[in-house]
Amino acid sequence: MKYILLFCGTSDSAGPASSPEDVQRTYANVGDWLTRNSSRIGLIHQLQPPDTATTVLLQGQRRPIVKDGPFLEGKELIGGYCEIDVADLDEALELAKTWPGRTQAVEIRPVVPHDLPAELDRP
Amino acid sequence: MTEAGEAGPGPEAARTTACSAQAHAAVAAAFRAEAGHLTASLVRSLGDFDLAEESLQEAVVQALEHWPREGIPSRPGAWLLTVARRRALNRLSRDARYAAKLAALMREPAREPDNRLQLVFTCCHPALRREWQVALTLRAVFGFTTAEIARAFVASEDAVAQRIVRAKRKIVSAGIPYRMPGPEELPGRLPEVLAVLYLLFNEGHLTTSGSGWRRDLSQDALWLTGLLCRLLPGEPEALGLLALMRLHLARADARFTDTGDLVRLADQDRSLWDHDEIQEAVALIERAAAMRRPGPYQIEAAIGPATPRPRPSSRRTGRRWSPSTTCSCR
Repeated sequence: MKYILLFCGTSDSAGPASSPEDVQRTYANVGDWLTRNSSRIGLIHQLQPPDTATTVLLQGQRRPIVKDGPFLEGKELIGGYCEIDVADLDEALELAKTWPGRTQAVEIRPVVPHDLPAELDRP
Repeated sequence: MTEAGEAGPGPEAARTTACSAQAHAAVAAAFRAEAGHLTASLVRSLGDFDLAEESLQEAVVQALEHWPREGIPSRPGAWLLTVARRRALNRLSRDARYAAKLAALMREPAREPDNRLQLVFTCCHPALRREWQVALTLRAVFGFTTAEIARAFVASEDAVAQRIVRAKRKIVSAGIPYRMPGPEELPGRLPEVLAVLYLLFNEGHLTTSGSGWRRDLSQDALWLTGLLCRLLPGEPEALGLLALMRLHLARADARFTDTGDLVRLADQDRSLWDHDEIQEAVALIERAAAMRRPGPYQIEAAIGPATPRPRPSSRRTGRRWSPSTTCSCR
């Protein structure tokens, strides 16, 4: 089953600025994690911070509006994402628990399989 | 058994009513013991939680129709499984996409190893909301109907049906597996199951004195906790919860007035307590304590017997427990 791991945090959670050594170490840990789990991992991307975002608001019949910021306005933000292919949710959970990046939370979202109509997965 | 006489409520009618009540009780009893087995067995062969569970519900409805008329079968569980499998077969044969599942179902032996635990752990997966876990456990493991769950939790049938539908949908779309957690996951997963069981127990225990008929949830919860202890003998918290439940039940007769009000511990008639039952609960706590992995249920249960212990003086003043009284029951 395919899932996307969303690496989440809040904008005020940065705390004291981390030293260059800390950052280096985190990147090295993430690198190890990727190597260890390479057979189960697809795309992975870190995102630039939300203030770099531009959003297109689609308004049905009316013309789209371009907005200078992220869609999600709250303090919560998504710092990156990673595609994984694993047997089931338990395996995804196990993988997410070992994520070494400096994020507060990892949200696991199943990907809609192509042979299923999307309506089936709506809440 | 013949039909009730046409000439109004005669002895035959009375016998039918008695028989119907008996059949209801038999269905309830067969369920307590078998529903989990049956659902687990069907889920395994079908790989489809929804279908397994629907088929079993249909079998229950049939049992409630047939047993009062035709008598209770000698092996109620086997009867239910046969009917449920037939229902599943009927549904599957209507749909060509399920040819493989159909083949699996035909091959399936009537009995297989106990996989009710897998079922319980699936129903109580932490990815499901607590009220979904509760509804699903009652439905799949205990074989409650939607109406029975609604009655137990004073919710509308629609709300309960929604919870079950959403839970089942999440199991499928989020890929929640049907399996027993490994030893390294168990510490994280067992508390979810125990919490659901304690909740069910309290729901039944604290409200059984209420009016109207309701199935005894506390007995169901007690039964499943006992099963959990047998299947996971190395888990002290499961034993702790079992002890806690038995302590509550041992004092149940003294806990409520005739009108259903709660009686404070100090005012309870201790002659109504079941002291043998208390002793057995204490033995369970001792067994758990010997594993030297304390936890909230063991502690709550250990506090329990410290209070019931008869005081040297007959005056009911010393309700406080102290480390020494707790130690006396180790």
